[in-house]
Amino acid sequence: MSAGTTTPTRTPSGAATAAASRPAPAADGRLPLRSHLRHIGALARRNALQIKADPESMFDAVLMPVIFVLLFVFVFGGAMFGQGNQDQYVNYLVPGLMAMMGMNIAMAVGTGVNDDFKKGVMDRFRSMPIARSSVLVAKIVVEIGRMLVATTILLVMGFVMGLTLHGSVLQLLAAVGLSMVFGASLMWIFILLGLTMKTAQAVQGVAMLVLMPLQFGSSIFAPTTSMPGWLQSFTDVNPLSNLADAARHLINDEGAVAQPVLITLAWAVGITAVTAPLAVRKFRNKT
Amino acid sequence: MVGMTRNDKNPQRGAHAVEVRGLVKHFGETKALDGVDLDVREGTVLGVLGPNGAGKTTLVRCLSTLLVPDAGTATVAGYDVVRQPRQLRRTIGLTGQYASVDEKLSGWENLYMIGRLLDLSRKEARARADEMLERFSLTEAAKRPAGGYSGGMRRRLDLAASMIGRPAVLYLDEPTTGLDPRTRNEVWDEVQRMVAEGATVLLTTQYMEEAEQLADELTVIDRGKVIAKGKVDELKARVGGRTMRIRPVDPGDLPAMARALAETGLDGVAGTQAVPDEGTLLVPILSDEQLTAVVGLLAARGYAIADLGTYLPSLDEVFLAITGHRPTRGEDRGSAGRPGPDAHTGNNEQTDQNEEVAA
Repeated sequence: MSAGTTTPTRTPSGAATAAASRPAPAADGRLPLRSHLRHIGALARRNALQIKADPESMFDAVLMPVIFVLLFVFVFGGAMFGQGNQDQYVNYLVPGLMAMMGMNIAMAVGTGVNDDFKKGVMDRFRSMPIARSSVLVAKIVVEIGRMLVATTILLVMGFVMGLTLHGSVLQLLAAVGLSMVFGASLMWIFILLGLTMKTAQAVQGVAMLVLMPLQFGSSIFAPTTSMPGWLQSFTDVNPLSNLADAARHLINDEGAVAQPVLITLAWAVGITAVTAPLAVRKFRNKT
Repeated sequence: MVGMTRNDKNPQRGAHAVEVRGLVKHFGETKALDGVDLDVREGTVLGVLGPNGAGKTTLVRCLSTLLVPDAGTATVAGYDVVRQPRQLRRTIGLTGQYASVDEKLSGWENLYMIGRLLDLSRKEARARADEMLERFSLTEAAKRPAGGYSGGMRRRLDLAASMIGRPAVLYLDEPTTGLDPRTRNEVWDEVQRMVAEGATVLLTTQYMEEAEQLADELTVIDRGKVIAKGKVDELKARVGGRTMRIRPVDPGDLPAMARALAETGLDGVAGTQAVPDEGTLLVPILSDEQLTAVVGLLAARGYAIADLGTYLPSLDEVFLAITGHRPTRGEDRGSAGRPGPDAHTGNNEQTDQNEEVAA
């Protein structure tokens, strides 16, 4: 902070004369965009350093994709595509798991936020001249990084297990990007949950309740064609199905891409538009 | 900008940096603040004294925009807590009862982060972090996670974090609660240094000694209401300031000693009390000169003194004097009257005065 901003010369209107250089907050105290980005950067650095100080917090992002690929390929692969044809299932499964990674990382955000926001340092952030949403946005930035790590490991593991990329690298990146966008929107839901629920355990409990039907009532693990009609109408709108289909069609370069991509994006935008403002308001009013 | 003092430029020195009028905050049925009025003059320290649950922390949280009051007004550096929270946050520093630093980050990283959040450039933030660590004697621990710091180190880091932005007004919410006496003295030294450099401080405390050490003026609150306010000296005069406890070698001397003091007509000696059960004489002390005179007189009359020392009234006694009852809600009132550094000072005086007596 500059010396000028610490010396508000009182005028009848109570406005501060910012005698000093950067950054000049507007008379109503609003900050320029560059300040917001700087704050988000500083807070994201904090979240990243926390991970560095506690490497075990990366276990889920690192181990989950490895275990899931191994488990599902060997458990379901043979049953679905016949003995010895597990590699065909890999091409079906891995794009689906990209959708699931986002979901699981997002769930961890909820419990993390619940823990973090009980600490005294949040009082300091909330009494500082920064937008209170910066704290939440920084968290999401770092969690997207974690999701990227998990997805990379998932893909490496997939290639080891026989994944073949039929589409272009660009299509692969599009699939990764789409799952990031959707994952980020899910984080707002879980941040809202984390801010609302009293304990991290409660967050976990509610999250599991939501997660299970969404994950298994989808096309992530198995084609939906053999499911009963009522379930199919659910899987058709389930964003995880759409994300899984979109990623699958991009990576395997087959089937419709536009529709599942658009439905996934619509969900992402809708979820963010509703839950992000609620989460920010919840954080602002939290006492 | 480093080293500039804000008072050089402020034409309104002595004006109120904090003004609180009729502040009310309820939590359900509990009236945490029930119409509080107080002022902090620029460049001074206001001590807000009260037991646990008196509303001290709620007051600080309202004044730092963490809570929105239900009624009343409060301005800090001219900014309204409700209508101008963003501007207000630029002018304050907050050190809470629970150290608000990130435990997983090192001391340096904590301070660097705060600097960046206050819009310092990378270079400035680095320099300021180094400077504050040096100043608060944390340079050696700079790279260690704050979670591993001792209670005193954490509190110092917290103070350093609050000072990074050179706030016009600093809130210290029970800055030494839970600290051992040595660490508490360190924190006091730091606060006194900040005040010497011109900071305006609102300090909440449960300890009379802390208020006396640090505050220019005092506001005593209980159950969300202000029950007394004034300069520390005035309030001390009201509740009784220091008291000297003198134990003669022969308890039989007590009545004669009390009489001898009363006859001198020295200030304050009229309030002298003999406590035969303890074999001690209690003399209200109004000044160092009077203290010296009392000891000198007793020595001159040949009374042999086995022990003497001075002590401050505890929070309980302050409340008793002001309200006629003891604080009602204190949960750890037992520690409110803890012997602090005053006991230590007392020992020093005792030594000095014993020498004086001997001479």
